[in-house]
Amino acid sequence: MKLLIKSGRVIDPANNIDSVLDVLIENGKVACLQKEITSKADKIIDASAKIVIPGIVDMHVHLREPGREDKETVASGTQAALKGGVTSLLAMPNTCPAIDSSENAELLKGIIKKSAQCNVLISAAITKSRLGKEITDIAGLKKSGAIAITDDGASVDDEKIFLKALQKAAKEKILVIAHCEDKALSKNGVVNLGFISTKLGLRGISRESEYLRVERDIGLAQKAKAAIHIAHVSCKESVEIIAKAKKKGITVTCETAPHYFTLSEEDVVGYDTNMKINPPLRAKEDLAAIREGLRSGIIDAIASDHAPHTENEKDIEFDRAEFGKIGLESGLAVCVQELIGKQILDWPELVRKISLNPAKILGVDKGQLSVGQDADIIIIDPAREFILTKETIVSKSKNSPFLGRKVKGVVEYTILSGKIVYEEVCK
Amino acid sequence: MNKEIAWVRKDLLGLEDLSREEIELILATAESFKEVSSREIKKVPALRGKTVVNLFYEPSTRTRVSFEVAAKRLSADVINIATETSSVKKGETLVDTGMNIQALKADIIVMRHNYSGAAVMLARHLDISVVNAGDGWHEHPTQALLDMFTLKEKLGKIEGLNVSIVGDIAHSRVARSNIWGLTKLGAKVTVCAPEMLVPPGIEKMGARVTNDIEVALKNADAVNVLRMQFERDDENAFPQQLEYLKNFGITRERLFKAKKNILVMHPGPLNRGIEISSEVADGVNSVILEQVTNGIAVRMAVLFLVAQGRDKKNETLN
Repeated sequence: MKLLIKSGRVIDPANNIDSVLDVLIENGKVACLQKEITSKADKIIDASAKIVIPGIVDMHVHLREPGREDKETVASGTQAALKGGVTSLLAMPNTCPAIDSSENAELLKGIIKKSAQCNVLISAAITKSRLGKEITDIAGLKKSGAIAITDDGASVDDEKIFLKALQKAAKEKILVIAHCEDKALSKNGVVNLGFISTKLGLRGISRESEYLRVERDIGLAQKAKAAIHIAHVSCKESVEIIAKAKKKGITVTCETAPHYFTLSEEDVVGYDTNMKINPPLRAKEDLAAIREGLRSGIIDAIASDHAPHTENEKDIEFDRAEFGKIGLESGLAVCVQELIGKQILDWPELVRKISLNPAKILGVDKGQLSVGQDADIIIIDPAREFILTKETIVSKSKNSPFLGRKVKGVVEYTILSGKIVYEEVCK
Repeated sequence: MNKEIAWVRKDLLGLEDLSREEIELILATAESFKEVSSREIKKVPALRGKTVVNLFYEPSTRTRVSFEVAAKRLSADVINIATETSSVKKGETLVDTGMNIQALKADIIVMRHNYSGAAVMLARHLDISVVNAGDGWHEHPTQALLDMFTLKEKLGKIEGLNVSIVGDIAHSRVARSNIWGLTKLGAKVTVCAPEMLVPPGIEKMGARVTNDIEVALKNADAVNVLRMQFERDDENAFPQQLEYLKNFGITRERLFKAKKNILVMHPGPLNRGIEISSEVADGVNSVILEQVTNGIAVRMAVLFLVAQGRDKKNETLN
């Protein structure tokens, strides 16, 4: 099976490529990149005026299976991923049961083998049931295929326990992904603390509850000599703390999500529960700091933090609604609209943030188009605009904060190991 | 009554969204309804054949009774639903409850809810009118309207007045609605509370902030004293009760230093001896019971206007 992608603008930051090239795919691998490939192929895609990049590696996705198949399944979530141009994703372990034992990891692997439509990478919990008390069998979980550990949704409050976990992770050479939130400070909060929380009469979540924990976790990771990655950075101070640590040469990486550089606390006015997210949508100045962090490179990656919830869990009073929003299908288009459109990043830099860097942080051989590599490739029409509506969403849950928003950049093809696994129908 | 401005809203959710003219229209309408309550037969047929449902998710006596009296004086049929006896206990969602009330062909839901934004959400889902009778810490528009009505009645105007609101500003929907309403009508609002009970950014709503009761009372034409809900302090933000009385309580000694004719208001129920001394609550400056009386006229006006607003909406749709 040979697939030839003709005349697209090929962007592959790993190999410093940004030019109009043909890409030949053979036996599921990238076979050749050059101008005017004349070799015969089983299928030829004309990609002129299109952008050809390595598939997105989304390092923060809640697939909800096992346990909450009413919100999302591995099948529906990965189908949504393909539509959004995501060819590899890291599944978060806060399922029911949590991925906190080899048995549960094997259970998840079985589901993935049966129903995943894209590459699903596994992360495991740091502590049993993510309660922050008893450290999981990190070595065993690694053997079962986990490539990172995280209690995402919660932080490990006890410093002694977290330090111990970091030390074990360092020994096992496994990445620790930190959800930075001091729940003693954020308790009962539902929106960013400030004028908007005051105006709406809602309990606020202070920025301290995030950045003090970022500072603590980086410090502990340094002591343990562990690799730490800070999830969903949302506020200015967190960016500053990470910048300072990087400057000192500490090994730390971080991600943000599209809503943190697109939406602000002001979007919560009207009590739209799809805007109820943790960490919360912050102030305008935070939004600016996140953009600047992306531009300067302090923020390494962009991940969706895809967090599906049913309508029953969202169409209720703001205080009672679940935190979180979906993002697999809107992530790229929001990035194109907000980052490329507003000249915060150019295309090669964007590809670095959504494909190459997440792959590097996770230590997987993805996110690039080197010859011989798995041909995980997406073809994007960068100029086409569309409006995100509930009806077009593939994910089981529809809780997107971008509903009704005009965005730019349509994924026309998603190719996984050389096979076209998604093709936009109404091109 | 100002004839140029027509009421077109089906709901009253808060004062933040209203224009000065809309607020003035409510107050003017209330003025014309006030006289009804002093008639021998306290009833007009303005809402005859309409059904008003009081849907209260939080215990409340005065607001619920005030709305009930207001609706009855307009000849509406009134149904009271308290959550203790309703299917809410069986886990029905707010939207489902609202849809059911709508299906019963009720015309207006008056809702009190412990969560901020609940009235906004309900109104979004329903075609019938929703009147917010207090939602969480967010807004309590009819309370602020009756406060403003009382101010205007007693002092002849609102423009240019100095009004101080004293107490737990952070958790007060009464404070928020008063700030929006009073500033729209040109009053100068000062909020006064212990530091822990001043919510961030409140000055952006147009209020001056002080932690000093002397400052708040100096030059004030009226002081609105909020109830201190010591029983609800889940954040350890409150000072000790006696300390509060000492530092922020409205006492006769404090009033001596204020303007002679300062109006003392309170949304009730009173904590005598905590935020306000009995001498002041029952004294010559107090208009607390007049507020209660005015509450009926204001709520009559609101019910009347939203019913009209909804009919107008339907007309334009047809």
